[in-house]
Amino acid sequence: MKSLKMKKEFKVIAELLPNNTRVLDVGCGDGSLMNFLKEEKNIEVRGLELNQENVQQCIHKGLPVIQGNAETELHQFPDQSFDYVVLSQTLQAFYNPEEVLKNLLRIGKAVVVSIPNFGYWKVRMKLLFFGEMPVTKTLPNTWYNTPNLHMCTIKDLFKFCYEKNINIKQVVGVNEDKTSLIKKNNLEIKNLFSKLGIFLIG
Amino acid sequence: MPSLAGLFFWMNRKIENINKITITKPLKLDCGKTIKNFPLAYETYGKLNENKDNAILVFHALTGDQFVTGTNPVTNKEGWWVTAVGPGKAIDTDKYFVICANVIGGCMGSLGPKDTNPENNQPYGLDFPVITIKDMVKAQESLLEHLGIKKLLCATGGSMGGMQLLQFCATFPDKAFSAVPIACSSSHSAQNIALNELARQAIMADPVWDNGKYVSKNVQPKNGLAVARMVGHISYLSEKGMQEKFGRKLQEKADYEFSFNADFQVESYLRHQGYAFVERFDANSILYITRAMDYFDLSKQYKGGLVEAFKNQDTKFLVISFSSDWLYTTKENKDIVIALNASGADVSYSEIITDKGHDSFLLNEPEFLKILKGFIDSMYEKFKNEKRI
Repeated sequence: MKSLKMKKEFKVIAELLPNNTRVLDVGCGDGSLMNFLKEEKNIEVRGLELNQENVQQCIHKGLPVIQGNAETELHQFPDQSFDYVVLSQTLQAFYNPEEVLKNLLRIGKAVVVSIPNFGYWKVRMKLLFFGEMPVTKTLPNTWYNTPNLHMCTIKDLFKFCYEKNINIKQVVGVNEDKTSLIKKNNLEIKNLFSKLGIFLIG
Repeated sequence: MPSLAGLFFWMNRKIENINKITITKPLKLDCGKTIKNFPLAYETYGKLNENKDNAILVFHALTGDQFVTGTNPVTNKEGWWVTAVGPGKAIDTDKYFVICANVIGGCMGSLGPKDTNPENNQPYGLDFPVITIKDMVKAQESLLEHLGIKKLLCATGGSMGGMQLLQFCATFPDKAFSAVPIACSSSHSAQNIALNELARQAIMADPVWDNGKYVSKNVQPKNGLAVARMVGHISYLSEKGMQEKFGRKLQEKADYEFSFNADFQVESYLRHQGYAFVERFDANSILYITRAMDYFDLSKQYKGGLVEAFKNQDTKFLVISFSSDWLYTTKENKDIVIALNASGADVSYSEIITDKGHDSFLLNEPEFLKILKGFIDSMYEKFKNEKRI
Protein backbone atom coordinates (compact mmCIF):
# COMPACT_ATOMS: atom_id res chain seq x y z
CA MET A 1 0.00 0.00 0.00
CA LYS A 2 1.26 3.42 -0.96
CA SER A 3 0.09 4.84 2.35
CA LEU A 4 3.10 3.26 4.08
CA LYS A 5 5.32 5.74 2.33
CA MET A 6 3.11 8.66 3.21
CA LYS A 7 4.75 11.38 5.24
CA LYS A 8 3.84 11.98 8.85
CA GLU A 9 2.13 15.26 8.02
CA PHE A 10 -0.38 13.55 5.75
CA LYS A 11 -1.07 10.92 8.38
CA VAL A 12 -1.93 13.63 10.88
CA ILE A 13 -4.12 15.41 8.34
CA ALA A 14 -5.87 12.15 7.47
CA GLU A 15 -6.58 11.52 11.16
CA LEU A 16 -8.24 14.91 11.45
CA LEU A 17 -10.65 14.11 8.62
CA PRO A 18 -13.69 11.90 9.34
CA ASN A 19 -14.64 9.07 6.99
CA ASN A 20 -17.18 9.51 4.20
CA THR A 21 -16.76 13.29 3.91
CA ARG A 22 -16.12 15.57 0.95
CA VAL A 23 -12.64 17.09 0.86
CA LEU A 24 -10.91 19.60 -1.42
CA ASP A 25 -7.11 19.31 -1.40
CA VAL A 26 -5.68 22.66 -2.48
CA GLY A 27 -2.22 22.16 -3.97
CA CYS A 28 -2.76 18.41 -4.04
CA GLY A 29 0.60 17.62 -5.67
CA ASP A 30 0.75 14.15 -7.20
CA GLY A 31 -2.38 13.13 -5.30
CA SER A 32 -0.80 10.91 -2.65
CA LEU A 33 -2.89 12.40 0.17
CA MET A 34 -6.06 12.29 -1.96
CA ASN A 35 -5.39 8.66 -2.85
CA PHE A 36 -4.99 7.73 0.81
CA LEU A 37 -8.15 9.58 1.85
CA LYS A 38 -10.12 7.94 -0.94
CA GLU A 39 -8.87 4.41 -0.38
CA GLU A 40 -8.66 4.32 3.40
CA LYS A 41 -11.39 6.66 4.53
CA ASN A 42 -13.88 6.58 1.67
CA ILE A 43 -13.56 10.33 1.38
CA GLU A 44 -14.81 11.99 -1.78
CA VAL A 45 -11.77 13.96 -2.87
CA ARG A 46 -11.12 16.80 -5.30
CA GLY A 47 -7.79 18.46 -5.98
CA LEU A 48 -6.52 21.80 -7.20
CA GLU A 49 -2.98 21.78 -8.56
CA LEU A 50 -0.86 24.17 -10.60
CA ASN A 51 1.84 21.86 -11.92
CA GLN A 52 1.06 20.03 -15.19
CA GLU A 53 3.17 16.98 -14.32
CA ASN A 54 1.32 16.58 -11.01
CA VAL A 55 -2.06 17.05 -12.68
CA GLN A 56 -1.08 14.32 -15.11
CA GLN A 57 -0.23 11.95 -12.26
CA CYS A 58 -3.49 12.60 -10.41
CA ILE A 59 -5.50 11.89 -13.53
CA HIS A 60 -3.58 8.68 -14.17
CA LYS A 61 -4.54 7.61 -10.66
CA GLY A 62 -8.18 8.38 -11.42
CA LEU A 63 -8.24 11.30 -8.99
CA PRO A 64 -10.32 14.32 -9.99
CA VAL A 65 -8.08 17.37 -10.19
CA ILE A 66 -8.45 20.85 -11.57
CA GLN A 67 -5.38 22.53 -12.96
CA GLY A 68 -5.23 26.03 -11.59
CA ASN A 69 -3.74 28.53 -9.23
CA ALA A 70 -5.18 28.68 -5.72
CA GLU A 71 -4.27 32.34 -5.47
CA THR A 72 -6.60 33.32 -8.30
CA GLU A 73 -8.97 30.43 -8.93
CA LEU A 74 -10.63 29.49 -5.67
CA HIS A 75 -13.64 31.60 -6.63
CA GLN A 76 -14.87 28.75 -8.84
CA PHE A 77 -15.77 26.62 -5.83
CA PRO A 78 -19.19 27.43 -4.37
CA ASP A 79 -19.72 28.42 -0.71
CA GLN A 80 -19.64 25.53 1.76
CA SER A 81 -19.37 22.99 -1.06
CA PHE A 82 -16.89 20.83 0.86
CA ASP A 83 -16.84 19.44 4.38
CA TYR A 84 -13.11 20.11 4.61
CA VAL A 85 -10.53 21.98 2.62
CA VAL A 86 -6.88 20.98 3.04
CA LEU A 87 -3.94 23.29 2.39
CA SER A 88 -0.58 21.68 3.02
CA GLN A 89 2.48 23.92 3.48
CA THR A 90 1.60 26.51 0.85
CA LEU A 91 -0.11 29.27 2.81
CA GLN A 92 3.23 31.05 3.16
CA ALA A 93 3.78 31.04 -0.62
CA PHE A 94 0.74 33.12 -1.56
CA TYR A 95 0.85 36.82 -2.31
CA ASN A 96 -2.21 37.28 -0.16
CA PRO A 97 -2.50 34.46 2.38
CA GLU A 98 -5.27 36.24 4.26
CA GLU A 99 -7.47 36.30 1.16
CA VAL A 100 -6.70 32.65 0.41
CA LEU A 101 -7.61 31.60 3.96
CA LYS A 102 -10.83 33.57 3.76
CA ASN A 103 -11.67 31.73 0.55
CA LEU A 104 -10.85 28.34 2.04
CA LEU A 105 -13.16 29.04 4.98
CA ARG A 106 -15.86 30.06 2.54
CA ILE A 107 -15.56 26.85 0.50
CA GLY A 108 -15.15 24.41 3.37
CA LYS A 109 -17.17 23.93 6.53
CA ALA A 110 -13.76 23.50 8.13
CA VAL A 111 -10.17 23.93 6.95
CA VAL A 112 -6.98 22.01 7.67
CA VAL A 113 -3.93 24.17 7.07
CA SER A 114 -0.36 23.18 7.75
CA ILE A 115 2.63 25.52 7.92
CA PRO A 116 6.37 25.06 8.20
CA ASN A 117 7.08 26.61 11.60
CA PHE A 118 9.50 29.53 11.42
CA GLY A 119 9.57 29.46 15.22
CA TYR A 120 11.30 26.06 15.30
CA TRP A 121 14.44 26.34 17.40
CA LYS A 122 16.90 25.39 14.66
CA VAL A 123 15.43 28.09 12.44
CA ARG A 124 15.77 30.64 15.24
CA MET A 125 19.35 29.54 15.99
CA LYS A 126 20.42 29.86 12.39
CA LEU A 127 19.30 33.46 12.27
CA LEU A 128 20.44 34.33 15.79
CA PHE A 129 23.91 32.78 15.76
CA PHE A 130 24.86 32.71 12.12
CA GLY A 131 22.97 35.77 10.94
CA GLU A 132 21.80 33.87 7.88
CA MET A 133 18.37 33.01 6.53
CA PRO A 134 17.60 29.48 7.74
CA VAL A 135 17.81 26.50 5.37
CA THR A 136 16.37 23.32 6.91
CA LYS A 137 14.66 20.12 5.80
CA THR A 138 11.22 21.76 5.93
CA LEU A 139 12.58 25.02 4.51
CA PRO A 140 15.02 23.77 1.90
CA ASN A 141 15.35 26.91 -0.24
CA THR A 142 17.73 29.82 0.04
CA TRP A 143 16.53 33.40 0.36
CA TYR A 144 16.81 34.19 -3.35
CA ASN A 145 14.90 31.21 -4.70
CA THR A 146 12.37 30.48 -1.99
CA PRO A 147 8.70 30.47 -3.01
CA ASN A 148 7.85 31.44 0.56
CA LEU A 149 6.78 35.06 0.71
CA HIS A 150 5.06 35.12 4.09
CA MET A 151 6.87 32.88 6.57
CA CYS A 152 5.18 32.63 9.94
CA THR A 153 5.36 30.72 13.18
CA ILE A 154 2.74 28.56 14.87
CA LYS A 155 2.25 31.39 17.33
CA ASP A 156 1.73 33.87 14.51
CA LEU A 157 -1.04 31.77 13.00
CA PHE A 158 -2.62 31.38 16.44
CA LYS A 159 -2.61 35.14 16.83
CA PHE A 160 -3.94 35.62 13.35
CA CYS A 161 -6.91 33.35 14.02
CA TYR A 162 -7.75 35.20 17.26
CA GLU A 163 -7.54 38.57 15.59
CA LYS A 164 -9.69 37.50 12.65
CA ASN A 165 -12.19 35.67 14.82
CA ILE A 166 -11.42 32.33 13.21
CA ASN A 167 -12.35 29.41 15.41
CA ILE A 168 -9.40 27.12 16.19
CA LYS A 169 -10.66 23.56 16.69
CA GLN A 170 -7.38 21.75 17.07
CA VAL A 171 -3.68 22.33 16.49
CA VAL A 172 -1.12 19.57 16.12
CA GLY A 173 2.63 20.10 16.24
CA VAL A 174 4.83 17.73 14.30
CA ASN A 175 8.51 17.03 14.93
CA GLU A 176 9.84 14.11 12.91
CA ASP A 177 7.68 11.17 13.99
CA LYS A 178 6.33 12.79 17.11
CA THR A 179 3.10 14.70 17.25
CA SER A 180 1.54 16.67 20.08
CA LEU A 181 -1.54 18.74 20.67
CA ILE A 182 -0.86 22.43 20.94
CA LYS A 183 -2.96 24.48 23.33
CA LYS A 184 -2.72 28.01 24.65
CA ASN A 185 -0.83 26.82 27.72
CA ASN A 186 1.95 24.98 25.87
CA LEU A 187 2.11 27.25 22.84
CA GLU A 188 5.49 28.85 23.67
CA ILE A 189 7.31 25.56 24.06
CA LYS A 190 5.60 23.81 21.15
CA ASN A 191 6.33 26.80 18.95
CA LEU A 192 9.99 26.16 19.71
CA PHE A 193 10.02 22.41 19.15
CA SER A 194 7.59 21.77 16.28
CA LYS A 195 8.79 21.71 12.72
CA LEU A 196 5.26 21.85 11.40
CA GLY A 197 1.99 23.17 12.71
CA ILE A 198 -1.27 21.64 11.52
CA PHE A 199 -4.38 23.71 12.25
CA LEU A 200 -7.98 22.61 12.08
CA ILE A 201 -9.99 25.79 11.89
CA GLY A 202 -13.43 27.06 10.94
CA MET B 1 -8.38 15.00 -63.55
CA PRO B 2 -11.99 13.84 -63.14
CA SER B 3 -14.68 16.47 -63.52
CA LEU B 4 -16.27 17.70 -60.34
CA ALA B 5 -19.58 16.12 -61.32
CA GLY B 6 -17.80 12.86 -61.93
CA LEU B 7 -16.07 13.15 -58.60
CA PHE B 8 -19.36 13.66 -56.83
CA PHE B 9 -20.83 10.68 -58.56
CA TRP B 10 -17.86 8.60 -57.53
CA MET B 11 -18.02 9.86 -53.95
CA ASN B 12 -21.72 9.20 -53.77
CA ARG B 13 -21.17 5.66 -54.94
CA LYS B 14 -18.60 5.15 -52.24
CA ILE B 15 -20.95 6.68 -49.69
CA GLU B 16 -23.51 4.04 -50.64
CA ASN B 17 -21.20 1.41 -49.22
CA ILE B 18 -20.60 2.88 -45.77
CA ASN B 19 -22.27 1.72 -42.53
CA LYS B 20 -25.64 3.27 -41.97
CA ILE B 21 -28.73 2.75 -39.94
CA THR B 22 -32.14 4.07 -40.82
CA ILE B 23 -33.69 5.82 -37.87
CA THR B 24 -37.39 5.09 -38.13
CA LYS B 25 -38.37 6.76 -34.86
CA PRO B 26 -39.56 10.31 -35.69
CA LEU B 27 -37.14 12.96 -34.47
CA LYS B 28 -38.76 16.25 -33.58
CA LEU B 29 -36.22 18.93 -34.38
CA ASP B 30 -35.75 22.12 -32.37
CA CYS B 31 -36.99 24.12 -35.38
CA GLY B 32 -40.38 22.41 -35.05
CA LYS B 33 -40.15 20.07 -38.04
CA THR B 34 -39.96 16.31 -37.70
CA ILE B 35 -37.74 13.93 -39.62
CA LYS B 36 -38.17 10.17 -39.79
CA ASN B 37 -36.80 7.18 -41.68
CA PHE B 38 -33.52 8.98 -42.15
CA PRO B 39 -30.03 7.57 -42.54
CA LEU B 40 -27.31 7.95 -39.91
CA ALA B 41 -23.88 6.90 -41.12
CA TYR B 42 -21.34 5.65 -38.60
CA GLU B 43 -18.10 3.76 -38.21
CA THR B 44 -16.76 1.60 -35.41
CA TYR B 45 -13.23 0.55 -34.47
CA GLY B 46 -12.16 -2.26 -32.14
CA LYS B 47 -14.50 -4.79 -30.55
CA LEU B 48 -17.35 -4.37 -28.13
CA ASN B 49 -16.60 -6.73 -25.25
CA GLU B 50 -19.05 -9.13 -23.66
CA ASN B 51 -19.93 -6.82 -20.77
CA LYS B 52 -20.41 -3.95 -23.21
CA ASP B 53 -18.40 -1.70 -20.90
CA ASN B 54 -15.63 -0.62 -23.28
CA ALA B 55 -17.56 1.62 -25.68
CA ILE B 56 -16.31 5.14 -26.41
CA LEU B 57 -18.39 7.54 -28.46
CA VAL B 58 -16.50 10.20 -30.39
CA PHE B 59 -18.30 13.31 -31.65
CA HIS B 60 -16.72 14.91 -34.68
CA ALA B 61 -16.11 18.61 -35.35
CA LEU B 62 -17.48 20.91 -38.07
CA THR B 63 -15.69 19.40 -41.05
CA GLY B 64 -15.07 15.96 -39.60
CA ASP B 65 -16.89 12.72 -40.31
CA GLN B 66 -17.29 9.23 -38.88
CA PHE B 67 -13.90 8.07 -40.15
CA VAL B 68 -11.92 8.78 -37.01
CA THR B 69 -8.84 6.71 -37.72
CA GLY B 70 -7.34 4.36 -40.29
CA THR B 71 -8.02 5.29 -43.90
CA ASN B 72 -11.17 7.15 -44.82
CA PRO B 73 -12.60 4.92 -47.60
CA VAL B 74 -14.26 7.85 -49.36
CA THR B 75 -11.35 10.29 -49.49
CA ASN B 76 -8.56 7.71 -49.18
CA LYS B 77 -6.94 10.04 -46.64
CA GLU B 78 -6.09 9.33 -43.02
CA GLY B 79 -8.90 9.55 -40.46
CA TRP B 80 -9.13 12.97 -38.80
CA TRP B 81 -8.11 11.79 -35.31
CA VAL B 82 -5.49 9.23 -36.20
CA THR B 83 -3.14 10.87 -33.67
CA ALA B 84 -5.38 9.91 -30.73
CA VAL B 85 -7.38 6.86 -31.84
CA GLY B 86 -6.04 3.52 -33.02
CA PRO B 87 -4.20 0.41 -31.85
CA GLY B 88 -1.91 1.39 -28.95
CA LYS B 89 -2.95 5.04 -29.16
CA ALA B 90 -4.39 7.21 -26.36
CA ILE B 91 -7.84 5.86 -27.23
CA ASP B 92 -6.64 2.32 -27.78
CA THR B 93 -8.79 0.41 -30.26
CA ASP B 94 -7.14 -2.86 -29.14
CA LYS B 95 -8.88 -2.28 -25.84
CA TYR B 96 -11.87 -0.07 -26.54
CA PHE B 97 -14.78 -0.07 -28.95
CA VAL B 98 -14.84 3.34 -30.63
CA ILE B 99 -17.99 4.63 -32.31
CA CYS B 100 -18.37 7.76 -34.37
CA ALA B 101 -21.39 8.91 -36.36
CA ASN B 102 -21.65 11.51 -39.07
CA VAL B 103 -23.81 14.39 -37.79
CA ILE B 104 -27.17 14.99 -39.40
CA GLY B 105 -26.78 17.97 -41.70
CA GLY B 106 -23.41 16.53 -42.74
CA CYS B 107 -22.42 15.02 -46.05
CA MET B 108 -20.79 11.68 -45.31
CA GLY B 109 -23.87 9.48 -45.46
CA SER B 110 -26.11 10.89 -42.73
CA LEU B 111 -29.20 12.85 -43.72
CA GLY B 112 -28.04 16.20 -45.09
CA PRO B 113 -28.96 19.00 -47.49
CA LYS B 114 -27.57 17.20 -50.55
CA ASP B 115 -29.95 14.27 -50.04
CA THR B 116 -33.18 13.92 -51.95
CA ASN B 117 -36.26 15.50 -50.44
CA PRO B 118 -38.98 12.81 -50.64
CA GLU B 119 -41.60 15.52 -51.02
CA ASN B 120 -40.43 16.66 -54.44
CA ASN B 121 -37.66 14.22 -55.37
CA GLN B 122 -35.23 17.15 -55.60
CA PRO B 123 -32.12 17.63 -53.48
CA TYR B 124 -33.10 19.42 -50.27
CA GLY B 125 -30.77 22.39 -50.60
CA LEU B 126 -32.19 25.15 -48.44
CA ASP B 127 -35.41 23.17 -47.92
CA PHE B 128 -33.44 21.09 -45.48
CA PRO B 129 -34.64 21.94 -41.95
CA VAL B 130 -32.31 23.98 -39.78
CA ILE B 131 -30.81 21.58 -37.26
CA THR B 132 -29.23 22.14 -33.86
CA ILE B 133 -26.52 20.49 -31.80
CA LYS B 134 -29.28 18.92 -29.73
CA ASP B 135 -30.87 17.40 -32.85
CA MET B 136 -27.49 15.93 -33.86
CA VAL B 137 -27.03 14.41 -30.44
CA LYS B 138 -30.51 12.92 -30.26
CA ALA B 139 -29.95 11.17 -33.57
CA GLN B 140 -26.72 9.68 -32.29
CA GLU B 141 -28.39 8.43 -29.14
CA SER B 142 -30.58 6.27 -31.39
CA LEU B 143 -27.39 4.71 -32.75
CA LEU B 144 -26.34 3.65 -29.25
CA GLU B 145 -29.72 2.03 -28.82
CA HIS B 146 -29.20 0.23 -32.11
CA LEU B 147 -25.77 -1.01 -31.01
CA GLY B 148 -27.21 -2.18 -27.68
CA ILE B 149 -25.02 0.07 -25.55
CA LYS B 150 -26.73 1.19 -22.35
CA LYS B 151 -23.85 3.14 -20.90
CA LEU B 152 -20.71 4.37 -22.59
CA LEU B 153 -17.37 4.06 -20.85
CA CYS B 154 -16.57 7.49 -22.23
CA ALA B 155 -17.76 10.09 -24.68
CA THR B 156 -15.41 12.66 -26.12
CA GLY B 157 -15.01 15.27 -28.79
CA GLY B 158 -13.17 18.48 -29.61
CA SER B 159 -14.51 21.80 -30.86
CA MET B 160 -18.06 21.20 -32.15
CA GLY B 161 -17.57 17.60 -30.99
CA GLY B 162 -17.12 18.94 -27.46
CA MET B 163 -20.28 21.00 -27.81
CA GLN B 164 -22.21 17.90 -28.86
CA LEU B 165 -20.74 16.10 -25.88
CA LEU B 166 -21.89 18.76 -23.40
CA GLN B 167 -25.35 18.60 -24.93
CA PHE B 168 -25.31 14.80 -24.81
CA CYS B 169 -24.41 14.80 -21.09
CA ALA B 170 -27.11 17.36 -20.30
CA THR B 171 -29.82 15.62 -22.33
CA PHE B 172 -28.87 12.05 -21.44
CA PRO B 173 -27.27 12.33 -17.98
CA ASP B 174 -26.99 8.57 -17.42
CA LYS B 175 -25.53 7.51 -20.77
CA ALA B 176 -21.83 8.14 -20.20
CA PHE B 177 -19.68 7.00 -17.29
CA SER B 178 -17.09 9.61 -18.20
CA ALA B 179 -16.73 12.50 -20.62
CA VAL B 180 -13.83 14.47 -22.10
CA PRO B 181 -14.91 17.77 -23.69
CA ILE B 182 -11.92 19.26 -25.49
CA ALA B 183 -11.35 22.83 -26.67
CA CYS B 184 -15.02 23.76 -26.77
CA SER B 185 -17.61 26.06 -25.28
CA SER B 186 -21.03 25.84 -23.68
CA SER B 187 -22.29 28.68 -25.85
CA HIS B 188 -20.91 30.00 -29.11
CA SER B 189 -19.17 33.35 -28.66
CA ALA B 190 -19.77 36.48 -30.76
CA GLN B 191 -16.34 36.05 -32.31
CA ASN B 192 -17.13 32.47 -33.34
CA ILE B 193 -20.52 33.42 -34.74
CA ALA B 194 -18.79 36.19 -36.70
CA LEU B 195 -16.24 33.79 -38.16
CA ASN B 196 -18.98 31.34 -39.10
CA GLU B 197 -20.91 34.14 -40.74
CA LEU B 198 -17.81 35.00 -42.76
CA ALA B 199 -17.69 31.40 -43.98
CA ARG B 200 -21.38 31.39 -44.87
CA GLN B 201 -21.17 34.73 -46.66
CA ALA B 202 -18.24 33.48 -48.72
CA ILE B 203 -20.33 30.51 -49.89
CA MET B 204 -23.46 32.52 -50.54
CA ALA B 205 -21.50 35.15 -52.49
CA ASP B 206 -20.40 32.51 -54.99
CA PRO B 207 -22.84 32.72 -57.96
CA VAL B 208 -22.59 28.94 -58.40
CA TRP B 209 -24.22 28.52 -54.98
CA ASP B 210 -27.51 29.75 -56.50
CA ASN B 211 -29.53 29.77 -53.27
CA GLY B 212 -28.34 26.28 -52.48
CA LYS B 213 -29.75 24.80 -55.71
CA TYR B 214 -26.35 23.89 -57.17
CA VAL B 215 -26.72 20.25 -56.10
CA SER B 216 -29.23 19.35 -58.80
CA LYS B 217 -26.82 20.75 -61.40
CA ASN B 218 -24.03 18.51 -60.08
CA VAL B 219 -21.76 21.46 -59.39
CA GLN B 220 -20.30 22.93 -56.21
CA PRO B 221 -19.64 26.60 -55.31
CA LYS B 222 -16.01 25.76 -54.87
CA ASN B 223 -14.59 29.27 -54.80
CA GLY B 224 -16.90 30.31 -51.98
CA LEU B 225 -16.45 27.06 -50.11
CA ALA B 226 -12.67 27.29 -50.42
CA VAL B 227 -12.69 30.79 -48.90
CA ALA B 228 -14.93 29.51 -46.11
CA ARG B 229 -12.38 26.82 -45.39
CA MET B 230 -9.51 29.33 -45.42
CA VAL B 231 -11.27 31.38 -42.75
CA GLY B 232 -11.51 28.23 -40.69
CA HIS B 233 -7.87 27.36 -41.14
CA ILE B 234 -6.72 30.78 -39.95
CA SER B 235 -8.82 30.41 -36.81
CA TYR B 236 -7.40 26.96 -36.04
CA LEU B 237 -3.83 28.26 -35.77
CA SER B 238 -2.30 30.73 -33.36
CA GLU B 239 -0.49 33.93 -34.24
CA LYS B 240 2.78 32.52 -32.93
CA GLY B 241 2.25 29.12 -34.52
CA MET B 242 1.53 30.68 -37.89
CA GLN B 243 4.56 32.95 -37.64
CA GLU B 244 6.79 30.02 -36.80
CA LYS B 245 5.37 27.78 -39.50
CA PHE B 246 5.30 30.29 -42.35
CA GLY B 247 6.83 33.59 -41.29
CA ARG B 248 7.35 35.61 -44.45
CA LYS B 249 8.71 32.65 -46.36
CA LEU B 250 8.06 32.71 -50.09
CA GLN B 251 6.54 29.81 -51.97
CA GLU B 252 9.19 28.21 -54.20
CA LYS B 253 10.51 31.51 -55.43
CA ALA B 254 13.45 33.79 -54.69
CA ASP B 255 11.62 37.10 -54.76
CA TYR B 256 8.21 38.73 -55.05
CA GLU B 257 6.46 38.17 -58.33
CA PHE B 258 4.72 41.54 -58.26
CA SER B 259 1.44 39.78 -58.94
CA PHE B 260 -1.45 38.35 -56.97
CA ASN B 261 -0.31 34.77 -57.24
CA ALA B 262 0.50 32.98 -54.02
CA ASP B 263 3.90 34.53 -53.31
CA PHE B 264 3.88 33.70 -49.61
CA GLN B 265 3.86 30.19 -48.23
CA VAL B 266 0.96 31.06 -45.98
CA GLU B 267 -1.12 32.02 -49.04
CA SER B 268 -0.22 28.83 -50.79
CA TYR B 269 -1.15 26.85 -47.68
CA LEU B 270 -4.57 28.48 -47.43
CA ARG B 271 -5.27 27.97 -51.12
CA HIS B 272 -4.26 24.34 -50.91
CA GLN B 273 -6.39 23.71 -47.83
CA GLY B 274 -9.32 25.58 -49.35
CA TYR B 275 -9.38 23.78 -52.68
CA ALA B 276 -8.62 20.34 -51.24
CA PHE B 277 -11.65 20.77 -49.00
CA VAL B 278 -14.17 21.34 -51.82
CA GLU B 279 -13.51 17.82 -53.03
CA ARG B 280 -14.82 16.25 -49.87
CA PHE B 281 -17.39 18.60 -48.39
CA ASP B 282 -20.76 19.99 -49.37
CA ALA B 283 -21.17 23.78 -49.22
CA ASN B 284 -24.75 23.64 -47.91
CA SER B 285 -23.60 21.32 -45.12
CA ILE B 286 -21.22 24.05 -43.98
CA LEU B 287 -24.14 26.49 -43.83
CA TYR B 288 -26.26 24.11 -41.79
CA ILE B 289 -23.58 22.88 -39.42
CA THR B 290 -22.16 26.35 -38.68
CA ARG B 291 -25.72 27.48 -37.96
CA ALA B 292 -26.15 24.65 -35.49
CA MET B 293 -22.95 25.76 -33.76
CA ASP B 294 -24.08 29.38 -33.61
CA TYR B 295 -27.42 28.44 -32.08
CA PHE B 296 -25.67 26.39 -29.40
CA ASP B 297 -26.17 27.91 -25.97
CA LEU B 298 -26.56 25.24 -23.34
CA SER B 299 -27.28 27.70 -20.54
CA LYS B 300 -30.25 29.06 -22.46
CA GLN B 301 -31.88 25.65 -22.53
CA TYR B 302 -32.09 25.45 -18.76
CA LYS B 303 -33.64 27.88 -16.36
CA GLY B 304 -30.89 28.59 -13.90
CA GLY B 305 -28.25 28.35 -16.61
CA LEU B 306 -25.33 26.06 -17.08
CA VAL B 307 -25.22 24.83 -13.48
CA GLU B 308 -28.76 23.55 -13.90
CA ALA B 309 -27.81 21.86 -17.20
CA PHE B 310 -25.27 19.72 -15.38
CA LYS B 311 -27.37 18.94 -12.33
CA ASN B 312 -27.68 15.29 -11.32
CA GLN B 313 -24.59 14.31 -13.29
CA ASP B 314 -22.90 11.09 -12.34
CA THR B 315 -20.60 11.45 -15.30
CA LYS B 316 -16.94 12.05 -14.49
CA PHE B 317 -15.59 14.91 -16.58
CA LEU B 318 -12.16 15.87 -17.81
CA VAL B 319 -12.16 19.26 -19.54
CA ILE B 320 -9.09 20.07 -21.65
CA SER B 321 -8.13 23.40 -23.20
CA PHE B 322 -5.08 24.63 -25.12
CA SER B 323 -3.27 27.78 -24.06
CA SER B 324 -2.98 29.32 -27.56
CA ASP B 325 -6.51 28.45 -28.70
CA TRP B 326 -8.24 31.78 -29.41
CA LEU B 327 -11.31 30.17 -31.00
CA TYR B 328 -12.38 28.24 -27.91
CA THR B 329 -10.35 29.89 -25.21
CA THR B 330 -9.14 28.55 -21.89
CA LYS B 331 -11.57 30.99 -20.27
CA GLU B 332 -14.55 29.46 -22.08
CA ASN B 333 -13.45 25.95 -21.15
CA LYS B 334 -12.94 27.02 -17.54
CA ASP B 335 -16.48 28.36 -17.45
CA ILE B 336 -17.62 24.80 -18.14
CA VAL B 337 -15.46 23.57 -15.27
CA ILE B 338 -16.86 26.23 -12.94
CA ALA B 339 -20.43 25.26 -13.81
CA LEU B 340 -19.68 21.56 -13.36
CA ASN B 341 -18.06 22.33 -10.01
CA ALA B 342 -20.99 24.43 -8.91
CA SER B 343 -23.38 21.62 -9.81
CA GLY B 344 -21.31 19.24 -7.71
CA ALA B 345 -20.14 17.12 -10.63
CA ASP B 346 -16.90 15.13 -10.60
CA VAL B 347 -14.66 17.26 -12.81
CA SER B 348 -11.00 17.43 -13.72
CA TYR B 349 -9.41 20.11 -15.84
CA SER B 350 -6.12 20.58 -17.60
CA GLU B 351 -4.76 23.37 -19.76
CA ILE B 352 -2.16 22.14 -22.23
CA ILE B 353 0.55 24.70 -22.94
CA THR B 354 1.17 24.83 -26.69
CA ASP B 355 1.62 27.25 -29.60
CA LYS B 356 -0.47 25.18 -31.97
CA GLY B 357 -3.82 26.88 -31.37
CA HIS B 358 -7.21 25.24 -31.69
CA ASP B 359 -5.79 22.59 -34.02
CA SER B 360 -3.81 21.14 -31.10
CA PHE B 361 -6.39 18.49 -30.32
CA LEU B 362 -5.88 16.95 -33.77
CA LEU B 363 -2.10 17.04 -33.59
CA ASN B 364 0.53 14.96 -31.93
CA GLU B 365 0.61 16.92 -28.64
CA PRO B 366 2.30 14.50 -26.21
CA GLU B 367 1.05 16.14 -22.99
CA PHE B 368 -2.50 16.16 -24.28
CA LEU B 369 -2.44 12.57 -25.48
CA LYS B 370 -0.86 11.41 -22.21
CA ILE B 371 -3.55 12.98 -20.11
CA LEU B 372 -6.31 11.67 -22.38
CA LYS B 373 -4.93 8.15 -22.16
CA GLY B 374 -4.43 8.34 -18.39
CA PHE B 375 -7.97 9.49 -17.85
CA ILE B 376 -9.67 6.95 -20.09
CA ASP B 377 -7.62 4.02 -18.78
CA SER B 378 -8.31 4.96 -15.15
CA MET B 379 -12.01 5.42 -15.94
CA TYR B 380 -12.12 1.95 -17.50
CA GLU B 381 -10.79 0.41 -14.25
CA LYS B 382 -13.41 2.32 -12.25
CA PHE B 383 -16.24 1.47 -14.61
CA LYS B 384 -15.38 -2.24 -14.55
CA ASN B 385 -15.29 -2.21 -10.72
CA GLU B 386 -18.54 -0.31 -10.49
CA LYS B 387 -20.25 -2.76 -12.81
CA ARG B 388 -18.91 -5.69 -10.79
CA ILE B 389 -20.37 -4.23 -7.59
